[in-house]
Amino acid sequence: MTYTAIALLCVPIAVVLDRWVVRTRLTSTRDWWSAYAIIVFFQLLTNGWLTGRGIVRYSGDAIIGSGQITILGDGRLFYAPVEDLMFGFGLVLWTCTVWTWLGRRRDRSGARSSEEALG
Amino acid sequence: MSLPHWAYVAMLAFCLAGTLPLVPAFRLQVLKQPGRLLLTIGLAGTPFLLWDLWATHVGHWWFDADQTLPWRIAGLPLEEIGFFVVIPVVSVLTLEGVRAARRGVRPGAPLSREDAR
Repeated sequence: MTYTAIALLCVPIAVVLDRWVVRTRLTSTRDWWSAYAIIVFFQLLTNGWLTGRGIVRYSGDAIIGSGQITILGDGRLFYAPVEDLMFGFGLVLWTCTVWTWLGRRRDRSGARSSEEALG
Repeated sequence: MSLPHWAYVAMLAFCLAGTLPLVPAFRLQVLKQPGRLLLTIGLAGTPFLLWDLWATHVGHWWFDADQTLPWRIAGLPLEEIGFFVVIPVVSVLTLEGVRAARRGVRPGAPLSREDAR
């Protein structure tokens, strides 16, 4: 599997986990989309640094583009392969899903133990 | 080590420098829940780290030895492992920052009864 194929899979997997498996439904909230908008802006900056300077380099066999470093075009956006945007979306959404899920579990068990304390 | 070796570290430091100030500004409780944060990093970062290890080994991408620190773990620069700690942390801080802002918490505003709960 190429980076393109896995990155393309990564987006729907993260969405399915959020909406139907873990059921945090962050992708229905304005909070998450606002946070993601901020993050993706800074991702373009910081990933542009990593990829534009060639700190990370990619094989032309694994991505849509050729592996040459270009600011725009040849499958790249602000130096980074477009696959990185899908990778980033998956990582950020899955992170926020886990964080939110753990918080709900904590709230539920907190509510239970305070009920027990009261009861 | 010359300055270019710190290029990847600089990016990680920039990410933290931009988001850690959200903690006092919006009085976020994220760092007061170390267990929840560590578990989030572990559960969220690990599958992506495994993908990264595999992709690096099959040659989908590689790292410039001149712009990373010399230490490697399973072929990955330490910074790349740090990436899967830093990015989950900044994602959580940004999300919680937005949630706090939309609840009406304002940087520098006095603590209201609502936030003190």
